Amino acid sequence: MSQSPALAAERHPTAPARRGNANKRRQNRAAYLFILPFFLVFLTMLVIPLMYAGYLSLFESKLIGGEQFAWFANYIRAIQDSAFIGSLLRMGLFFIVQVPIMLGLALLFALALDSGRARGAKGVRLLVFMPYAVPAVVATLMWGYLYGPDFGPLAQVARAVGWGTPDFLSAGNILGSMMNIVTWEFVGYNMIIMYAALRAIPSDLYEAAEIDGAGQFRIAWSIKIPAIRPAIILTVIFSIIGTFQLFAEPSLLNAIAPDAITRSFTPNYYAYNLAFQNRELNYAASIAFLLGIVIAVLSYAFQLATERRERRALTETETPS
Amino acid sequence: MTSLETRAAVTVGAPKRARRAKAFDPEKRRSSLLTVLLWLGVAYFILPLWWLLVSSTKDNQALFTTFGLWFGGDFSFFENLQTLFTVRGGIFTRWLLNTVLYAGAAAVGATLLSAMAGYAFAKYDFPGRKALFSATLGAIMIPLTALALPTYLLFSQAGLTNTPWAIIIPSLVSPFGVYLMRVYSADAIPDELIEAARVDGAGEFRIFWQVGLRLLGPALVTVFLFALVGTWNNYFLPLIMLNSSDLYPITVGLAQLQAAANAGGGSQALFSTVITGSFISIVPLIIAFLFLQRYWQSGLATGSVKG
Repeated sequence: MSQSPALAAERHPTAPARRGNANKRRQNRAAYLFILPFFLVFLTMLVIPLMYAGYLSLFESKLIGGEQFAWFANYIRAIQDSAFIGSLLRMGLFFIVQVPIMLGLALLFALALDSGRARGAKGVRLLVFMPYAVPAVVATLMWGYLYGPDFGPLAQVARAVGWGTPDFLSAGNILGSMMNIVTWEFVGYNMIIMYAALRAIPSDLYEAAEIDGAGQFRIAWSIKIPAIRPAIILTVIFSIIGTFQLFAEPSLLNAIAPDAITRSFTPNYYAYNLAFQNRELNYAASIAFLLGIVIAVLSYAFQLATERRERRALTETETPS
Repeated sequence: MTSLETRAAVTVGAPKRARRAKAFDPEKRRSSLLTVLLWLGVAYFILPLWWLLVSSTKDNQALFTTFGLWFGGDFSFFENLQTLFTVRGGIFTRWLLNTVLYAGAAAVGATLLSAMAGYAFAKYDFPGRKALFSATLGAIMIPLTALALPTYLLFSQAGLTNTPWAIIIPSLVSPFGVYLMRVYSADAIPDELIEAARVDGAGEFRIFWQVGLRLLGPALVTVFLFALVGTWNNYFLPLIMLNSSDLYPITVGLAQLQAAANAGGGSQALFSTVITGSFISIVPLIIAFLFLQRYWQSGLATGSVKG
């Protein structure tokens, strides 16, 4: 220790208050300079594009007269657009089915690794995480080959066992096949977040329970999972955001399953097709804007719901740790 | 100075170290059942990558005729590599370099901006701090892909599409990085150290550069790696921003090669090229994660605990 604040103050015992104010001002100026670069790109790359999209979404391009101010016509069109609503509902279904599976697997892996009872835990952790480093494009290409009905290894194995050839790319199965790709990509990432939170639980929290003879499952359910609630909530919010903006997966699967992946399979893919196939920029902007609102509302509502539950739980048990 | 630095490092690493000693408790039984189940789970995550590795050693014909999960036919890995790096006048090298440039520049930039902002949020009490930090936190919720289209519209107004800037600048924004850096700075940089440096007459920027950054190691690696992955793996943004294939990153390039392979009905021997290219494209990131795991895992730990 070279200096403590107290010593530092002693060194200038007669420094006038004015000097302190000047220091404070200098520090504030430094702080603003530190945050300036971030907020510059924040403003230009986040706030202004959002505002611009909002602005564009209020116009309509007509064959005669060009761009015209149209109030909320694009939004009225969007909420009546069965393609857009359908894509949202499809992602809703995707979320309800895929996210619990993905996060459940991640939690199981994290708990198993944290229990310290498995051999080669370090290897497991790295290998499960590895798909996160694989671009969605490559993951989709790869699974596209694996799903292939003629030469894909999954079909080869199924035929060898006598199950016939499964059609992973049919209109009825494609959503499930996509869920599998996304699960494969992100279990490891979520596992790492949960595992890191588990490692940070002070072990005396459950050492007592262990001595009392509580089993590992009981400890996991009653102590560990409640303790990492914030981390779990974080993963759910990331999953809401991730699910509703899926793009690479449908756009690459479209090439090998053009009949199953419609141009409005996901909201983002729809916005892309509107903008670049139909050249309906204004309508695409309003779809992107609406999608952003839907995602923000969903994540906010989820946070609110968990906070309320937490508060109720706290008042009921009266044992906030 | 040195003693303070070690103290800070120990405070951050302490709970972990205590737990680790416990993991080797000889009284704890290892469970064979759990081990088997876990490694069966691992197979699901590894088999596709194994398939990719195996397939990159096959020529186009063996790809369609041999069993996918084992080697077969001639060993054509090097022929595939040669085709990959010579197809269309060696454009794959170009794509690879583009990706390295975009992802590298974006990751360095995003890490520096996040570190500066996070450090300021943690260590200075300036007017507007709360409001600005709340705005940053709120921005974590903004879906970046949904934002890509509006950004494209804006960039095309400014005539900046089809340039590297169109990929690098939007990738500099990392609200989660700022959040992580704030949490980590608050833990790892002792206030007394900053005060001491001030008393010694160091300027605020020099304190950040020489004292702050040094103590932020794991958080810097974490934000850098995740920004790197984010840009390296991005597909939507470069797809809409870039027109000329000379500027493509590897993701857009591979998707285009794959489309060509599908259109050619496989007659151009492109499938094995796409597969080898996919394999090559994931190797650098996997190596980066492997070698830096000690840093990013402890960096993430801090972020998720306080999250």
